Amino acid sequence: MKNSLNLLAERASDEGLLDVAYTTADSPFGPLLLAATPRGLVRVGLPSQDASGLLADLAARVSPRVLEAAPRLDAARRQLDLYFEGKLTDFDLPLDWQLSKDFRRRVLRAIARIPYGQTRSYTQMAISAGNERAVRAAGTACGSNPIPLVVPCHRVLRSGGALGGYGGGLPMKEALLRLEGVLEDPRR
Amino acid sequence: MTELPPFQILIDEHADDVLAMLRGAVGRADADDCFQETFLSALRAYPKLSDAGNLRGWLITIAHRKAIDHHRARGRRPVPVAEVAEVAVSDPEPGDGIWAAVGALPPKQRAAVTLRYGSDLPHAEIAAALGCSPEAARRSLHEGIKRLRKELA
Repeated sequence: MKNSLNLLAERASDEGLLDVAYTTADSPFGPLLLAATPRGLVRVGLPSQDASGLLADLAARVSPRVLEAAPRLDAARRQLDLYFEGKLTDFDLPLDWQLSKDFRRRVLRAIARIPYGQTRSYTQMAISAGNERAVRAAGTACGSNPIPLVVPCHRVLRSGGALGGYGGGLPMKEALLRLEGVLEDPRR
Repeated sequence: MTELPPFQILIDEHADDVLAMLRGAVGRADADDCFQETFLSALRAYPKLSDAGNLRGWLITIAHRKAIDHHRARGRRPVPVAEVAEVAVSDPEPGDGIWAAVGALPPKQRAAVTLRYGSDLPHAEIAAALGCSPEAARRSLHEGIKRLRKELA
């Protein structure tokens, strides 16, 4: 049955019927959901998020032709592995931004340009997205980031340096900032 | 319109049933091909499906149609043999349930039984699908049922 299903996913892909391919990938924080359209990575689900809910959301918002197809996510999984090992600082993956619109998308695109190991404030992100007064909306955009980790919303902090929030939970945000050398690792 | 679940859920929940039904209908050797065709057709049509109420029934209906296509294609390209042997060419896996027994029937009886009771086709259409006369179709069906009764008794 497994071969049969792999073949099915392959043929669906060849015929242009695989609108959303997904797989799960291990991470130090637990399983991640990775989903891609033919255009690129469209969704990363963090361990704290309900994977079946995310898939239902993709079916409703992108296409119900959602199939498990690990090979389509090979590059993303490899790069995330290297990132968690501290061996990769810049993701090189095509992204599909369709789940974010307008101002939110501009904020997320600006976040995608924050270099590894650096942080910005929500205010700075609002300015980068072209509306310095929309700080709260910039915060909301971070919170709704459909492609966390690859679009590094964990690098956005409150103006005073407080951590702010994180979809994967604050311990994960702290751990990522320690990994990138922004926060000191107490174990060292 | 009801919201359609991710297609993978249909596969996870119903692929085993569809494959079992197809093994009964067309035999082990050809079931995999029909299985692929069934799910590709379903995937093609899926976004336009207006009723998500009975997805299993929808899939089984498509599978039956693929089984009929399969029998029709066979009828159109008969394989020349010296003598037509009415023995099972497939090697069905032993298993519980009626499909296992149907799968163990000789090919023509198996096809007739599946098309009649699985796809609800009249004798004339079964005959057309199998490329034989309505009498021959009726006879295959009758023999198949007799055998099933004995097997399942």
